[in-house]
Amino acid sequence: MKVLVAIKRVVDYNVKVRANSDNSDVELANVKMSMNPFCEIAVEEAVRLKEKGIAGEIVTVSIGTQQSQEQLRTSLALGADRSILVQTDKALEPLAIAKCLKAVCDDEKPDLILMGKQAIDGDNNQTGQMLASLLGCAQGTFASEVSVESGKVAVTREIDGGLQTLSLSLPAVVTTDLRLNEPRYASLPNIMKSKQKPLSTVSVDELGVDISARTKQLGVEMPAQRQAGIMVADVSQLVDKLKNEAKVIS
Amino acid sequence: MSILVIAEHNNQQLNPATLGALSAASQLGEVIDVLVAGCDCQIVAQQVAAIPAINKVVVADNSAYGHFLAENVAPLIAAIGDGYTHILAAATTTAKNTMPRVAALLDVQAISDISAVVSEDTFKRPIYAGNLIATVQSTDAVKVITVRATAFDAVAKDGGSAPIETTDQLHDLGVSSFVAEQLAESDRPELTAASIVISGGRGMASGDNFDLLYKIADKLGAAVGASRAAVDADFVPNDMQVGQTGKIVAPDLYIAVGISGAIQHLAGMKDSKVIVAINKDEEAPIFSVADYGLAVDLFTALPELDSKLS
Repeated sequence: MKVLVAIKRVVDYNVKVRANSDNSDVELANVKMSMNPFCEIAVEEAVRLKEKGIAGEIVTVSIGTQQSQEQLRTSLALGADRSILVQTDKALEPLAIAKCLKAVCDDEKPDLILMGKQAIDGDNNQTGQMLASLLGCAQGTFASEVSVESGKVAVTREIDGGLQTLSLSLPAVVTTDLRLNEPRYASLPNIMKSKQKPLSTVSVDELGVDISARTKQLGVEMPAQRQAGIMVADVSQLVDKLKNEAKVIS
Repeated sequence: MSILVIAEHNNQQLNPATLGALSAASQLGEVIDVLVAGCDCQIVAQQVAAIPAINKVVVADNSAYGHFLAENVAPLIAAIGDGYTHILAAATTTAKNTMPRVAALLDVQAISDISAVVSEDTFKRPIYAGNLIATVQSTDAVKVITVRATAFDAVAKDGGSAPIETTDQLHDLGVSSFVAEQLAESDRPELTAASIVISGGRGMASGDNFDLLYKIADKLGAAVGASRAAVDADFVPNDMQVGQTGKIVAPDLYIAVGISGAIQHLAGMKDSKVIVAINKDEEAPIFSVADYGLAVDLFTALPELDSKLS
């Protein structure tokens, strides 16, 4: 079984982001970049499927700038077999990304497509669902458990109020939630070996898909900050304040 | 403006988050239709018809929609929604699953999790785990939107009598099927709908100690939540998690107990009207967002709070 994993280069999750000087976008100069954490989970799941003998080849794909090669190399060090960079300097929207991935899938014909449920920059939570829609195939979003058997994949999903398990025909798109697995770290020998693994680059124009922007970001701002209130001395004072000042309990 | 709102429900009961989505819709225009897709869901259609803000209810009642599989519901929404200027749904896991699929079918870029309506084509939405708010303008003819329901005041749910239409459109892609569901059984209110939420963190030290919170919750009619640290430590199940990667809540009163206040947790509760923090560590970041802070050991504070609430 061939597994395709889509990954995204994003601002590292430890970075405290802020708006740039003219509030037009997030400040990205001199900011540490990493693989989106949900994508790391997707790569890990693919590698585990390979270790179980279920997955054959693992192909990772990223759509982004030339620097996204760094994250693709990381995926190779973690156990992917080869990588494809769809290179563009534009910041594409989820629909455009999904169209690029569809074009790659038409070429690669994977049985299972794994990706993060959302990227921690835009927090859109759309690309996997859009890709499944464009492919006309099944989707298992927010997965906390994935098991492949006899041409189907069973996906346990984290939904409001609990868990839901679906059975999906292959090919299918599965998007990962936090508790699916705990990603490993790449070992030094594997990092060295990853440099020999194939990484091909294709320009986004060569895919021939419509990547036109449908939205305009008019600006970004800091959310309203909450002010710290008061410290109360004991539980009696707290209950009194809640009853008589805030009037939120009776 | 013609607006279609997708009802979120479990075939029995309308999810109150839909009332928040309707509130956002009412800022966009006056003609609001609601689609109820499900199986044996007529009772939900009647609940929706009673909402005064609504023009009409469209019901698609078929076993193919019973478990809200995105593969089947998305083409239905796309077919019915084409021709409306806006298609909205509350940003529940069901809508997050379905709406991007709808958008791709209509070849439009969806707008996720809006927290404010600026104009008919411009919206505010949190990005980077709520650390920044982006203002986004859509140029698409149909705007497919999910709504952060807690950011909008719910519309009234009784007093109307909108007409109910039935559609027999059937979309069954046949590529996915429902196997099982494990839903938490609880008499307490749903986290995202509760007016009071009390949450425990790593400081609770064990799952058994959450009983201290349950007792207080039952006196207050509150829902019980948890921080990611408490969930990761297996004190309580995933669906109790409040935070950027869990539930987003904005109750009238939020009581954080033994929670340090990591950004990821604050992102899920900082829009609460009144925040109380109980933590023995005076330096805990949670106190910087709390209206009332109590820096004492939670194991002495909770029994005392329990006894002081009649």
